[in-house]
Amino acid sequence: MKFMLLQHYGRVEGDVPPMTEWKPEDVQAHIDFQLDLNAELRERGELVEAQGLTGPERAKIVLATDGAPAVTDGPFAESKELLAGWRMVDVESEERAIEIAARSSEGPGPDGVPLRQQIEVREVMGPIER
Amino acid sequence: MTAARRARRDVEDLLREAAPRVLAAVVRRFGDFADSEDAVQEAMIDATRQWPAEGTPESPVGWLVAVASRRMTDRIRADSARRAREERLAGEPRPGPGAAADDTLALIFMCCRPELSPPSAIALTLRAVGGLTTAEIAAAFLVPETTMGRRIARAKKTVAAAAEPFGLPAPEERAERLRAALGVLYLIFNEGYAASEGPELARTELSGEAIRLTRIARLALPEPEVGGLLALMLLTDARRPARTDGRGELVPLDRQDRSLWDAGAIAEGGRILAEEIAKGAVGPYQLQAAIALAHDRARRPEDTDWGEILALYGLLEQVSPGPMVALNRAVATAMAEGPDAGLVLLAEVEPRLAGHHRLHAVRAHLLELAGDGRGAHAEYSRAAELTASLPERRYLTRRAALLAGGEA
Repeated sequence: MKFMLLQHYGRVEGDVPPMTEWKPEDVQAHIDFQLDLNAELRERGELVEAQGLTGPERAKIVLATDGAPAVTDGPFAESKELLAGWRMVDVESEERAIEIAARSSEGPGPDGVPLRQQIEVREVMGPIER
Repeated sequence: MTAARRARRDVEDLLREAAPRVLAAVVRRFGDFADSEDAVQEAMIDATRQWPAEGTPESPVGWLVAVASRRMTDRIRADSARRAREERLAGEPRPGPGAAADDTLALIFMCCRPELSPPSAIALTLRAVGGLTTAEIAAAFLVPETTMGRRIARAKKTVAAAAEPFGLPAPEERAERLRAALGVLYLIFNEGYAASEGPELARTELSGEAIRLTRIARLALPEPEVGGLLALMLLTDARRPARTDGRGELVPLDRQDRSLWDAGAIAEGGRILAEEIAKGAVGPYQLQAAIALAHDRARRPEDTDWGEILALYGLLEQVSPGPMVALNRAVATAMAEGPDAGLVLLAEVEPRLAGHHRLHAVRAHLLELAGDGRGAHAEYSRAAELTASLPERRYLTRRAALLAGGEA
């Protein structure tokens, strides 16, 4: 079963400053945590892909119009709701997908305190019902 | 490595070397590039199945040409209207030996037609000239195999529509076509060089493939810029072992462990560059190679001859002006004459690079050198927001964090 584990900007418990304001060792710890998790999932044969998106500053919202498409440039007031990145995993069960999402939600923030970031878990539709 | 795996790898290496010669021979005999390319791919797949078990034939190229030609003949036979052509072609002479480099170069020109977009030209070159499979190319660019297959098929149609006879482009368009071809080879190199995460091996091989093809191109066409590009690739690739740390994180030039640099590649790149410059037609690749060499020659960052690098960027801006060259010249100016002089130049470039992360990253670096920690922090943060490269975002975020921490 394939699941998308979606991460959004800002869906974090409490008030956490942007990463560029953290202590360097905290930044490193967070990056290491994410890379280790990817390596572990790859090793177990569960990682399909892990991708990050460019920031809200580069985001555009597009709407078809009769003439030229209407394009709104970022950043947006509701930037915190924007997607930041995702992992796609191929796992045996939904329980395992939830377990991975919980691990990823625990990524360390300032002073090593888990960020407790909200992770959206969505099963990917496939050709057969399981 | 098991014997079977070694045998398979040997066969793969052999096939990739043979691929352009075989394709060139088949295109010459049958004229149809798209069909010939399919037939050669099929012959190569047959070879990967048969050779590891049954042994490599005495003449691998001859074997592949024969199998691919048989497939072409089958196709032509299936189309009765083409029967006459088949008979005519059967009488044509086979290509002689020693034409390997010429064949490769002709195919590179064919696959790097200016009307192809860079991603299409890259994919087609890797398959038709590099002998990579569609699956390998798809893996390297992280797209599904069917998508890559379609991209290659469309590119082949474009090449077929151009209906250019097999061989080097006409003299009057050779310079422009060479620029396009070298541009594609350089892009292939950079795709491999920029890789830092994901299927690293597949990506790293792209750089090696670009170097191999450029080397062959230089044998067939001893123009200074071909050698200049080869030197640039070698002198840049020499730093690869030091460019990322054990975790795949970027290490900037001034913090790399220079003992890890590949001295052999630097020596070879330097030698090639000297030969090309002696020919007397200096172009942008030779100048960029000279800049890479100036960095490679410095045993420690503080030994870097920034005066020489600044002069080279000045020349580069004359032969190949552009905002990125101007940006790099601003860095060299800062290093040679102090950060304030660099910041002045940067302000001049700014309108041409608005919103580009490199502008902010460079300004951050120069402000840091000038002792403006607060300004540097803001610029590093801005650059981190704007970059589309994940390793670079991590790097810039860390640099921003270092300055924020220092002020707290």
